[in-house]
Amino acid sequence: MASGSSELTSSGYIQHHLQNLTCGFGDEGFVCGGADVAAQLGFWSFHLDTVAWALVLGVVFGWLFRKVAKAANSGVPTRFQALIEMIVEFVDESVRDSFHGTSKLIAPLALTLFVWIFFMNFMDLIPVDWLPWLTERAGVPYQKVVPTTDVNATLGMSITVFVLIIIYSLRFKGVGGFIGELVMNPLNPKELGMPKIFWPFVMAFNFLLEVVALLAKPISLGLRLFGNLYAGELIFILIALVFTAGSGVFAAGLSSVFGDHIPWYFWTVAVAIVFATLWANMKGKLSTKMTLWFLLAEMLVVGGAAFLGGQLMHFGWAAFHIIVILLQAFIFMMLTIVYLSMASEHH
Amino acid sequence: MNINATLILQSIAMMIFVWFCMKFIWPPLLKAMDERREKIADGLAASDRAEKELEEAKSRADEQIKVARDKAGEIVEQANQRHGQILEQAKDDATAERKRQVSAAEAEISQSANQAREELRNAVAALAVAGAAKILEKEVDEQTHRELLDKLIAEL
Repeated sequence: MASGSSELTSSGYIQHHLQNLTCGFGDEGFVCGGADVAAQLGFWSFHLDTVAWALVLGVVFGWLFRKVAKAANSGVPTRFQALIEMIVEFVDESVRDSFHGTSKLIAPLALTLFVWIFFMNFMDLIPVDWLPWLTERAGVPYQKVVPTTDVNATLGMSITVFVLIIIYSLRFKGVGGFIGELVMNPLNPKELGMPKIFWPFVMAFNFLLEVVALLAKPISLGLRLFGNLYAGELIFILIALVFTAGSGVFAAGLSSVFGDHIPWYFWTVAVAIVFATLWANMKGKLSTKMTLWFLLAEMLVVGGAAFLGGQLMHFGWAAFHIIVILLQAFIFMMLTIVYLSMASEHH
Repeated sequence: MNINATLILQSIAMMIFVWFCMKFIWPPLLKAMDERREKIADGLAASDRAEKELEEAKSRADEQIKVARDKAGEIVEQANQRHGQILEQAKDDATAERKRQVSAAEAEISQSANQAREELRNAVAALAVAGAAKILEKEVDEQTHRELLDKLIAEL
């Protein structure tokens, strides 16, 4: 259902879901599209969906925290304020534990990275078809809503961190100290008591090793986040494929009713009914026991094993994925702190 | 999955958000939290202090009550003493007054007795003179026998 095209294959569905909305200024002005635009413009194109969602989520972060920060006082905090302060306290403690220098930048940097990356990862928990389906109705052909499943976004952040590592190294160790660290480690010719004539060779060897180690930091930082989220996204897509695209075992019964492909309005109605039931329960118009019976009946009606199987898998993976998105956001923040702390300390 | 300018845009976005956080989010939040921490610490210290002060005040109050009780006892004692004294004095005064009145009455009585006696004496003298005159049948010159008569009166 994600694609409006007449024929829908499994690989087509997956490929469609993994294609960013690529935009750029080509020969005929501003163009947006999929792989064709990317191939045409090369590096000087950008993923509009990634950038837009990243900006939106960053603004959400800024707005939420700014709201609390503006209202914050030393009196009794509201619940939301307490939540925000808990996060801030957590980040502050992490920074204090790992970073022993003094820096005004590092704690806000860590907070921003942690919350922003968590928000971007969180987009993964929204069912994979919802937002792309909506944007497709609005005429946008491609939509990838999780910015952290775009390697450009994660590398963009990790490279910024890398630049900060260089700046911190230069600031705390000076140019000489930084270069010295690059060429005098791990084999220190002075301590090994080598004759001067061998020094340049050892230093060159050291430099090679150290540069690789240095460059490995931002690359691993960016690729770790990207890899985890990309894999998680892919599994969501596969689950969605199994229970919506009519190609899976579970949906065989439904396919026999609707033909090869289950139409989108079927799922819309099903979801609307389920949400109406839940809403009635929330408003107190339906007892919890009755709600459960209703939901069970709805599930059976909607397609028995197809819906149940798909939803259970989706739910199971989402529950597990919550840990992943939180952990990856935390790891990115923590490693940023550790790298910057290493950059600002003498070994 | 191609590397493109998204990289740069994401980097710029990150720098802006970090700058925003550093400028507008982190300082006020941390300030508020630190202030609250201080306030709570102050509050706890104040409550400790208040507890201690309460204890002190209690002991001081106890002491004062004890002192007051002692004093009250003393005062009662004094009052009792004074009461006794007053009673004693009143008794003494009453006794003295009684004595005084009794003696005054006695004096009055003796005075009136003396007066009565004087009158009686005079009357007796006159009677004696009159009697004697009657006996002697001759007029006794009162003037001549005045001395004799006085002697007689004095002897009555």
